[in-house]
Amino acid sequence: MSMLHIVNKSPYERNSLAAAVGHMTDGDTLLLIEDGVYAAVKGAAAAGSLEGKTVSVLGADLAARGIGVDKLVDGVSVVDYGGFVDLVEATDKSQSWL
Amino acid sequence: MKLTIQVNEGPYQHQSSDTAYHFTKAALEKGHEIFRVFFYHDGVNNGTRLTTPPQDDRNVVKRWSELAAEHDLDLVICVAAAQRRGIVDDGEAERNGKDATNIAPGFRISGLGQLIEGGIQSDRLVVFGD
Amino acid sequence: MSDIKKFMYVNRRAPYGTIYAWESLEVVLIGAAFEQDVSLAFIDDGVYQLTKGQDTSGIDMKNFSPTYSALGDYEVNKIYVEKESLEERGLTLDDLQHLVWEDEDDDWAEKDSIRLVSRAEMADVLAEQDILFNF
Repeated sequence: MSMLHIVNKSPYERNSLAAAVGHMTDGDTLLLIEDGVYAAVKGAAAAGSLEGKTVSVLGADLAARGIGVDKLVDGVSVVDYGGFVDLVEATDKSQSWL
Repeated sequence: MKLTIQVNEGPYQHQSSDTAYHFTKAALEKGHEIFRVFFYHDGVNNGTRLTTPPQDDRNVVKRWSELAAEHDLDLVICVAAAQRRGIVDDGEAERNGKDATNIAPGFRISGLGQLIEGGIQSDRLVVFGD
Repeated sequence: MSDIKKFMYVNRRAPYGTIYAWESLEVVLIGAAFEQDVSLAFIDDGVYQLTKGQDTSGIDMKNFSPTYSALGDYEVNKIYVEKESLEERGLTLDDLQHLVWEDEDDDWAEKDSIRLVSRAEMADVLAEQDILFNF
């Protein structure tokens, strides 16, 4: 059983990223959407929280916020909305950390 | 995959309704079934037909109505949340003595049981909120 | 194969500052009629929902905290409270309402509904569920 943890808020605004990461178990995936994508920026304070996690980021939200994919932490997958749907299908359930 | 989508926030204030819409559309394009889209909390405000958004930006309400029409979607607005926030259809207007209705095409007002049923009948529930 | 799903209602917000706590409870109450395997989780600020002594007369809002003690009557008796969330907020179980249910299979013995779990245990509890509601 694997879970998709969805985080939609900036880690600097809300504790939802910390809450998500604190409750992930092996095999789970973290998906960053909306303002949550800021967590994936290389060299920023929150980037360390992603270490060792399987992370995807919604490309449309990166582009909207002017974050180039070259600015991202290594190892993060960029997905589109179709990829988001695929992640929901590939995991058993989703937990939206609002 | 059969999906129920829960939308917790209203149009424009939060990105949730937009993300839920794009997700739902992508799921349909991939051939998945949308069992229901359930609007709760301020999400009920996605169901008012009285918005006049600026011409150069997306029309969140209309977009949901059009998607519903195109794909025969079940867009359900929670009755208790709607009563609190003033989203009214003919039935609610009559029951509660309101002199107007404002529900947008493609939406219907119903109970929380519809969300629960969505959870029971679907393979996945995805929640979009603040 | 059982038709019954494991439903969990995840609560992470304080009461009154926003409506999420109350409207989440409304889902739980309606959902109780559907005879699924229901649990509640209180994580982060959600633990504040269960505190004793809420007096809303000054803010003129409905005090819905008595509703938690009725959950046992709705057969909602698996209430997971996260230990670290309490500790971070300087709270202990004593600060929370004592929520109970009556076990008809045990001569109606009164039992505690609240299960205090660590963050790691809560992660496992979440992983066991079929459906996770968030508000």
